[in-house]
Amino acid sequence: MKRLMSGNSAIGEAAVLAGCTCYFGYPITPQNELPEYLAKRLAEVPGGVFIQAESELSAINMVLGASVAGARAMTSSSSPGISLKQEGISFLAAQELPAVIVNMMRGGPGMGNISPAQSDYFQATRGGGHGDYRTIVLAPASVQELADMTARAFDLADTYRTPVMILGDGMLGQMMEPVTFPSKKKERQLAHADYVLSGAAGRPSRRIRSLILDPKEEEEHNWKLFRKYQRIEQLEVRHETFLLDDAVMAVIAYGTAARIARGAIKRLREEGLKIGMIRPISLWPFPVKIIQQTARHIHDFFVFEMSTGQMLEDVKLALEGSGYIHFYGRPGGVVPTPVELSRIISRHYHQSQKRKK
Amino acid sequence: MGYTLANAAMLEDKYVTYLPSYGAEVRGGTANCTVAVSEEEIASPVASEPDFVVTMNQPSFLKFQSILQSGGLILVNSSMVNVSTARGDIEVVEVPTSELAEQLGNIRVANMVMLGAFIKVSNLVSLQLMLKNLPEILGEGKSKMIKLNREALDLGFNYLKEQT
Repeated sequence: MKRLMSGNSAIGEAAVLAGCTCYFGYPITPQNELPEYLAKRLAEVPGGVFIQAESELSAINMVLGASVAGARAMTSSSSPGISLKQEGISFLAAQELPAVIVNMMRGGPGMGNISPAQSDYFQATRGGGHGDYRTIVLAPASVQELADMTARAFDLADTYRTPVMILGDGMLGQMMEPVTFPSKKKERQLAHADYVLSGAAGRPSRRIRSLILDPKEEEEHNWKLFRKYQRIEQLEVRHETFLLDDAVMAVIAYGTAARIARGAIKRLREEGLKIGMIRPISLWPFPVKIIQQTARHIHDFFVFEMSTGQMLEDVKLALEGSGYIHFYGRPGGVVPTPVELSRIISRHYHQSQKRKK
Repeated sequence: MGYTLANAAMLEDKYVTYLPSYGAEVRGGTANCTVAVSEEEIASPVASEPDFVVTMNQPSFLKFQSILQSGGLILVNSSMVNVSTARGDIEVVEVPTSELAEQLGNIRVANMVMLGAFIKVSNLVSLQLMLKNLPEILGEGKSKMIKLNREALDLGFNYLKEQT
């Protein structure tokens, strides 16, 4: 059955249906509907725990504690709050603990504002906290995808024993769309539960730690994590293409920006402009291959972000100097309309077509 | 008003998005939402040039009449809005929603009176289906308000029916 829900609430319902029993958070706009929803919903779940912690630091460490005790745990926040959680995320990565972290990005840096933005791309995809680690980052673009990816995020976190981030923004969190959920609650399939601290009676004791004083041991731990990240890069890349077959220019955008770009491309197609789109769904691992494949027949790439250009760097790395990259960014919480974006794309399109002649 | 419309459209199996403003808003200010209803998948929930604008007060009228596309239609709560500054290239439909709501004894259903009027001019959703599905749309806890809201929707719809 379809339900009209905000993105924030949809994540909450999807999390519960995915077997999440523990939520810890601290309020911040524009993601408050998620803890609001879970406060009510988790009370109906056997063993459900909802805690509004006294701070973001406390919340992320509660996630760590619940995770190491074997629970499916999540937290959510928005940009400034996610900054505060970075230490805990680094610890989760080091201790190889599954967790799902939702970031509904808002304008920054600093306190910024409460409007939708995409300025935490670097922080999310480069690890964010200290140390040599990566975080799987998923970028949904609709309320349905928010719900679907929440379930997937929990599974990825379990499979790789690593924190997974859902990177949305204020618009995705606040907007409502029809959404459907699986009719049955999924039971958690934890393949490697041999890390869980569940009491050592009848078995050798276990130790989960991130303090590894011996540099050689720490180095080996780093290479172990690295090999895991390589596996993730091979297996977990996700993207979507739109009208790419006959295109001479490919827009690259994710999340809310991809929705606006889709609207712009639809308009431009009506004017006969051959424009398509690549939408990265996993931001880390980044969809490098599809961009390289596309570069064999398309010269012009148009990156659009609600930032001054962060994913832009990943596109440059993927293209390795081939092709030509156009860029348009609206940072600070500004959401442009499809018409505005279509005018900019159109100008770049015509200029590059002229250059070719 | 936007939520009710979006929900009704969903129940008619249409594609729909509802985007609220969630910034700091004041009473009598320009709190707004954008609803997109379509037979096909909706690319962007952000509307570049909406086909319809509905304004309940003067600040909203001044702010939002400019985003309407040429030839578009703006519905105004004429109990509170002076339309003498309206653009020349748009159609203005006046509905004294506050006064009509007061006839029902509750000014708080002015938005539902307006929604009824909006359905009449836009034909985006069926009034009959909305009236039927109202308990589901408004949800539990609003069961006492169903009758009043139905009357308000009817009143707004019929007000414009009688005008044309």
